[in-house]
Amino acid sequence: MSRLLPIATIVAALLALWYVAALFMNAPLQRDVFANAGRTDYSFGDLALADLNMERPKLPAPHQIVAELDRLVLQTAPTSRRGLVYHALITLQETLLGFVIGSALGAGLAILIVSVRALERSIMPWIVASQTIPIIALAPMIVVILNQFDITGIIPKAVIAAYLSFFPVTVGLVKGLRSPDPLQLDLMRTYSASSAQTFRKLRAPASAPFFFASMKIAVAAALVGAVVAEVTKSEDGGLGARLLAGSYYGQTVQIWAALLAAAALSATLVGLIGLIEAFAARRMGMAG
Amino acid sequence: MSGRAADLAPPALFGAGVLLVWESVVRLFGVPAIILPSPWAILLRLVGSVPKPLVADFLQTMQGALAGYALGCGAGFVVAILIDRSDYLQRGLLPLGNLVSALPIVGVAPIMVMWFGFDWQSKAAVVVIMTFFPMLVNTVAGLSAAGAIERDLMKTYGASYGQTLVNLRLPAALPFVFNALKMNTTLAMIGAIVAEFFGTPTVGMGFRISTEVGHMGIDMVWATIVVAALTGSLFYGIVALIERRATFWHASYRARQG
Repeated sequence: MSRLLPIATIVAALLALWYVAALFMNAPLQRDVFANAGRTDYSFGDLALADLNMERPKLPAPHQIVAELDRLVLQTAPTSRRGLVYHALITLQETLLGFVIGSALGAGLAILIVSVRALERSIMPWIVASQTIPIIALAPMIVVILNQFDITGIIPKAVIAAYLSFFPVTVGLVKGLRSPDPLQLDLMRTYSASSAQTFRKLRAPASAPFFFASMKIAVAAALVGAVVAEVTKSEDGGLGARLLAGSYYGQTVQIWAALLAAAALSATLVGLIGLIEAFAARRMGMAG
Repeated sequence: MSGRAADLAPPALFGAGVLLVWESVVRLFGVPAIILPSPWAILLRLVGSVPKPLVADFLQTMQGALAGYALGCGAGFVVAILIDRSDYLQRGLLPLGNLVSALPIVGVAPIMVMWFGFDWQSKAAVVVIMTFFPMLVNTVAGLSAAGAIERDLMKTYGASYGQTLVNLRLPAALPFVFNALKMNTTLAMIGAIVAEFFGTPTVGMGFRISTEVGHMGIDMVWATIVVAALTGSLFYGIVALIERRATFWHASYRARQG
C-alpha cells in the first residue's frame, strides 16, 4: 500500500500535465480551424473544449486515446484487420516465436561458453562488444534478404526479434553460471561431483536470478525488434505497421493507441516472466 | 603488455576466421551480392563512399544522437537530484521508471517526427525520451549507495545537506551514473537510427539503410552498418575511458591492478 499512493500521485500529475500540454499544443491548430470556419466569437472554454476533441490533434488528450482503444479493441471484432487485437496478435506471435528461438540459442551458447574455455576467450569479447552496437539497424536488411528466399510473413520479424533477444540472454546467463563462488565450487569438488553434477546442482540454480533478469530484457527487446521489423515491411500488419500507417496519414490518435497497445503488451510479457520468477523462487526456497 | 596481447589474440583470431570463412563462402558458392556481399566488397564500398554520402549521413545521425544523449542524460540526472529529498516522489517515480525501461519507446518516433519535423531535432527528442529514465533510475539508486557509516561521519562533521551531497553521495553515485551513461550510448544510437526509418531529410544512416535496402544496394547497407557499429563501440569506449579516469577508486578497477 505504501507504494500505491505515491505511484497514483505521479500518474495523476502526469495525466494533468498531459491535458495542459494538449491544450497548449493543439490551440494554434484549433484557432486556424475556427478562423477558417469564420468563427471569431469563441470563448476560452470553447477553444479548450475543441482543443481536447480534435480529430487530428498534435497531442491527443488521454480520453481520446481511451475512446480509440475502446473502439478498436472492444467495439471491433478481434479478427478484423481494422481492430487492434488482430494487429497485437500478429506482433505477439512474432515476439514470442523470436523470444523462444533467441533465448534458446542464447542459453545454449552460454552453456557452451561456460563449459569450453577456449570459446569464452574467443567469442565472449565479441558478444560483449555486440551490446554496444545498434544491432537493430540490421532489421530492414534481414527482412529483404529473407524475402529473397521466399520467407515472408511472421518468420522474418521473428528472426529479428530472436537476434535482439539472443545477446542479453547469453551475456546474463554466462554471468549467472559463473556466479557460484570458489568456496562452493571447491565444496562440489570435495564431493567429487562430475562437471555435469556441478552444473545441475550448483551452477544452474545459482544462475536463476541472472536468468530471469536477462529473460525480462530479452522479451522487451524481442518486442522492440518485432515492432521495428513491422515498420520496414508494413503490408503484413502488426502494431509497427499501425504506427507507420498512422504517421503516413497524420492519424495521431491511432499512433498513440498502437503505442499504448505495444506498451501494454510489453509490460504484460515482462510481468508474466516476473510471476514465473516469483514462482520459481518459492519452489527453490528463495522467497524472501 | 604481453598479458594484454594474449587477451586480445583469441578474439582477434576468431574475428579474422569469421571474415575469412565469409569471404570464401561468398566466392566459392557465388552468392549473389544482393543476398550477402563479401567483406572485401563491403570494405571497397565503404572506402569508396567515405566523403559522400557516408560522412554527411554520419554527421546527420550523430547530431541527433549526441544532442539527445546530452539532454536526456542531463535531465535524468537533474531530476534525480531534485527528487532526492522527497522519499514520496521517489517511491512514485522509480516503479514508473522501471516500467518505462520495458516499453518499446522507439515507437514514439513517428510522433516526434510530427512534432519536431524531419530534421535531427525529432531524432534528438526520441533519444531524450529513451535515455532519460535509465539515467534517473540509476542516479537515484546511486545516491543511496553511500554507506551509513560515511553518512554518520558527515553528520558528526556538521556537514549540511549540500556538502554531504557534493562530497560524499555524488562521488559514491558515480559508478551508477556511468553505468547509465554507458547503457545510454547504445540507446542513443538505436533511437537516432530507428527514428530515421520514419522520415528524415534525404541524409542520415537510418535513412541510408532503409533506402538502399529498397534499391537492393546491400553492400551500401553493410557499409553503413559497419560505420554505425564502429561509432557505437567508439562512443561506448570513450565513456568507459572517462569512467575509468573518474572512478579509479572503485573496487572493480582497483582489483585488476593487484
